[in-house]
Formats: sequence, C-alpha cells, structure tokens
Amino acid sequence: MATAVLPRSATTAPRAVVRATGESRTVRWILIAIALGFLSLVLLVPLLLVFVQALSKGLPAYWEAIKEPDALSAAKLTLLIAAIAVPANLIFGVAAAWCISKFAFRGKHLLITLIDLPFAVSPVISGMIFVLLFGAHGWFGPWLAEHDIKVIFAIPGMVLATTFVTAPFIARELIPLMQEQGTEEEEAAIVLGAGGWQTFFRVTLPNIKWGLLYGLILCNARAMGEFGAVSVVSGHIRGETNTLPLHVEILYNEYAFAASFAVASVLTLLALVTLALKTLVEWQQRRAMSDAAEVFTTPERIAA
Amino acid sequence: MSIQVRNLRKTFGDFVALNDVSLDVPGGELVSLLGPSGSGKTTLLRIIAGLEPADTGTIHFHGEDTTERPVRERQVGFVFQHYALFRHMSVFENVAFGLRVKPRNMRPPEKEIRETVMGLLHLVQLDVQAERRPSELSGGQRQRVALARALAVKPKVLLLDEPFGALDAKVRKELRRWLRRLHEEVHVTSVFVTHDQEEALEVSDRVVIMNEGKIEQSGTPEEVYDRPATPFVYGFLGDVNLFHGRLDRGQVSIGANQLEAPEWAEAKDQAAVAYVRTYDIELTPVPSGLSSIEATVQHVRAFGPMVRLELRRVEDGETIEAHVPRAIFEKHGVVKGQRVFVSPTSVRVFAQS
Repeated sequence: MATAVLPRSATTAPRAVVRATGESRTVRWILIAIALGFLSLVLLVPLLLVFVQALSKGLPAYWEAIKEPDALSAAKLTLLIAAIAVPANLIFGVAAAWCISKFAFRGKHLLITLIDLPFAVSPVISGMIFVLLFGAHGWFGPWLAEHDIKVIFAIPGMVLATTFVTAPFIARELIPLMQEQGTEEEEAAIVLGAGGWQTFFRVTLPNIKWGLLYGLILCNARAMGEFGAVSVVSGHIRGETNTLPLHVEILYNEYAFAASFAVASVLTLLALVTLALKTLVEWQQRRAMSDAAEVFTTPERIAA
Repeated sequence: MSIQVRNLRKTFGDFVALNDVSLDVPGGELVSLLGPSGSGKTTLLRIIAGLEPADTGTIHFHGEDTTERPVRERQVGFVFQHYALFRHMSVFENVAFGLRVKPRNMRPPEKEIRETVMGLLHLVQLDVQAERRPSELSGGQRQRVALARALAVKPKVLLLDEPFGALDAKVRKELRRWLRRLHEEVHVTSVFVTHDQEEALEVSDRVVIMNEGKIEQSGTPEEVYDRPATPFVYGFLGDVNLFHGRLDRGQVSIGANQLEAPEWAEAKDQAAVAYVRTYDIELTPVPSGLSSIEATVQHVRAFGPMVRLELRRVEDGETIEAHVPRAIFEKHGVVKGQRVFVSPTSVRVFAQS
C-alpha cells in the first residue's frame, strides 16, 4: 500500500516488471492453475495411467504380456517397418530438400505442397489409397495377383503406408534450414573443383547434420507409432501383420487391459526416449546455430 | 591467362542483365568492373566463373573456348562478398579444401598440402589462426582466408565479387592496399567487382564501367577519370555539376551565361548538358566574362586542404558544388550568404538527342 503513493523512484523500479501485466495476484494464480490443471489432465495423467494400468496385475504379468510371442512378433514387425520406412524417407527427404532449397525450377511450389500432402490427409485415407491401388480390386490388383505378389494385408503394404505418412518429416525439417544457409558455400566448393557428391558430403551434409538428426528422430517416432494408415492395409493377422499399436488395440478389444497397457507402455517408453533424444539434438542444433550466427554479428577486429 | 568475352547476353525473365557485352582482360592484369547495383557486373563475373550460363555469347580463356566448360574444370578462384567459408571447417581445412577434393591421381600428398596451405596462410598473415573456426575471425580475416582458399588451387583467373563490400571503411582501405600488393606478388589475372569508385580507381590496372547491362567505358583509372566517354561515366566518377542548356556552333547557353565548347563547332541549336567537376570551378568576387555565374554561398565546410562550398545560382536557384583550395578561399574571405561569381575552368559538353 505504501509503495502505491510513493513517487517513481529507485525503490519502486523493480516492481515495474511485475506490474507490466497489470493483472492482480489472484488472476495470475488462477490462470497458472488452469494451465497446470489442463496440462496434467491431458498429458501427465494419461502418461502415468499407462504405467499404472500396465503394472496393475503385478510385474510378472507385465513381463508375461511383453514376451508373449504375438507381442514380440509385433515389436519385430514395428522395428522392421521403421527400418525400411525411415531410411527411405531419409533419402527422399534430403533429396527433396536439396532440390528445393538449392535450385530454382518450374513447379517448385507444387513440389513443396505435395510434400505436405501426407500431413494434410487423414492417415486412414492414406491407407485407403494403397488399398485402391494394390488391393484385389485395385488398379494393380489383377496384375499383382497374377504374379502372386501380396502388397495389401502384407508387409509391403504396411511399409508403403508408413513411408507415405512419415514422408514430410525430414524434408520439412531441412527445407527452411537449407534455404537459410543459401548456396554460396556449395558454389565455393564447386569452383574449387569439388564434384556433386563431394560437395554434398563435405559441405552440405555437415551443415545440416543436426537438423537431419532431428527430422530422423521425429520420422522414426511416427513410423513406430502410426496406427490409422497401417491399420487399413494390415489385415490384423496375429503374429504376422500386427505392429505394436495394432497389437495394443487387439488386446484392448479382447478385454486384456493389463496386457494391452503393458504393450502400450513399451511404445510410451519409446516415445519418452525419443523426446529425450529430440531435446538433446535441439540443444546441439541451437549451439551450432549460434555459432553460425556469430559469423554475421561479430564486430570487426583489426587483424593482429 | 587472358580472358576474352564476346557478345554476352543474359536475361532473367524480362530483365536484361547483360546486353551484348564484349570485354578483354589481358593476362596478369587486375581489372575492376564498376557500376551501380543492377548494372550487370556481378552477372558478368558469375558467367566468367561458370556459375551462371549465358543466353548467347562466348568466353575464352587464353584463346581457348570455355563457354561450355563446367565450373569445376575452369580453374578459376572465386571470392564471395559474404566469404562463403565452410563454417564447420577450420581455417586450415578451408584453404586445403580445393587440394583435398582433387581426383586421387592428381591430389598432392598430405605433406605437400600442409606446406601449400601454411604458405598461403603466411601470405595472408593468418598462420597463427590456422586451427580457428571461421566464426572466431573478424570480417577482414575471413575474407583473407577466402582469398587464400581461392589461391590454393593455383587458379588461372581470380574473380572477386565485391570482396570488401561487407567490411567497414577502415578495414576496406587496409585490405584494398593489401590486395594490390598481393596481386603484384602472385600476378594472377584478376577481375574485381565493386560499386565503390574509389576502390576501383585505387586498386585496378584497368576500370570497366558498366551501366544497365552495357559497358560504358573501359580504360586505365586516369583515362576514365580524366576523359569520361559518356555522360553516365562523367556523373558516376567523382563529384560533378550539371548544367542544362542549348548548344549552338561551339557555344552552350545556360540562361544568361555562355560556355565554350569548341569540339561542338558543327552543332546547330540542340539541347545539351555541360558537366563541370567540383574542383574545376574558379571563384571570383567580380564577374570575368560571359562564363561567370552569379551565385550565393549557402554552405561552407572549411576542413581539409579543399574548402567545400554549396552555392545557389541566382538566375534559376540551381545548386552548384565547388571545391576550392583553402588559400583561394581565405584570400577572398568568403562567408555564408555572400554573393560571388564562379567560372568553370574545364567543361565537358554532351549533346542530347
């Protein structure tokens, strides 16, 4: 109360920062409480619940659910699909970003829009597209049947669907980064006699490595967690075409809650590891960026 | 290694960047391309380097057609305005890059690479900083690394695109002199792009002045400065006053004043512009003939050996800038607001069609 009547002086100066918002203490605390409450309800409680439910029948039951053959086969398939889809998107993403950011050509904007397409359509529709293309009654269905190749309700279809859904992650991460870096370093490299591959591996790649790693982590997380598109093309054959997310759903539908959450907790752990890695890479990337930013901001120093 | 450029034309959409440009750069010379932004000088440099294809026209290096040759085989050194150093490599590795990417059978052994790079870093006075990252160097140091990197592959031609454009005035001046010395030492044919006339006139053996995709004039710094070939060059190099008037049989009438233009004795009543350099103006307290222009003193900046006066012509209110030696200025005791007479001692007249 006393401070309110004092003229502006050194003693009141530190309070000016607090007053900048102009809200009373009560309002501020209510807002903070709402935010925290919302976050715990939507993020924290479900996360904890997964582990609580998973362990509800004790550690032995948890362990049993995880090492059950169908669950192990689902885990293997999930890893296999990610092991194909992620490298495929690594190549595609880097190639697309390189092409978009370092060259000028007709139809560039169309290509950028196309890369965003998997983000824009619902994953279920992405799955349907592949059924329409490769299913028994699809465009290539008869030809595939003739040559005895199974795509839909088999692993190739699931790989295709996952690759499609996760296609934008790496490209989207790299395009702005590479556009910002420009083409001068590459031009300098080719003038010095470097070939295309030498320029890429010695100049371009080292400059984008943190952004690339970040994109890879996100892409991998999505590839392992994808449900909708994979569900449409999988056929849900236990021990054959089930991935971890699909296996969770099957167990849940069979009222095997503890087992279902046990498998879910494996996926959740994977997600947490991904988040930790992501944070680490982000931190590294920021450091690399501030290093690069310094190139343009340091004041001139006369050479010694 | 000389460079011959013949009939180059380059457009970007509707914009004509180069319009039938031909140029000869004699071997071992340092030539600068000077012009305002958008004049096509950087485009010309990038086409010589091979970083940009020309629409039509040819480039020859020492009589050999290189128009279709890819950049990496042209053996040119290129220095960029913003250095373009490899940010993740040390200074040493930046300079060594050109040697390390050579095909295996042409790549020098590690020991030789080390010697070459350290020799170049010594030449650019950065041997102590060899293990630093580019981000730890000042702008001037970075540009010297870029220069050493370009020289490492023993280029036949050195191309510099506004190399000092991003540096502050003091460092620019230092590097300019240093580049001149370096060129005398290594003597590689060099083309230097700049929009700074002082830089071009001070550094180069020859200056090529460009405007709107065309070469306006090319010659030694003395030639282009003392005998500008076109009105553009006159206006672009040095401070100049313009007088618009009528030209008739060797006389230009500017209002009540008459200026002699004997080289236009044949001209019959046509519009003309007279160019007078700021230091080609004589100051007198009384009129001395028809060329004496009556003016009032608006501003006096009396520092340095030349006193800079801003005058207003009484007849039409046009501004005239005059640089007079301090002794003359003090002799006449010129003050602000005073009425004086100025006569051009040297006039260049261009007829307008």
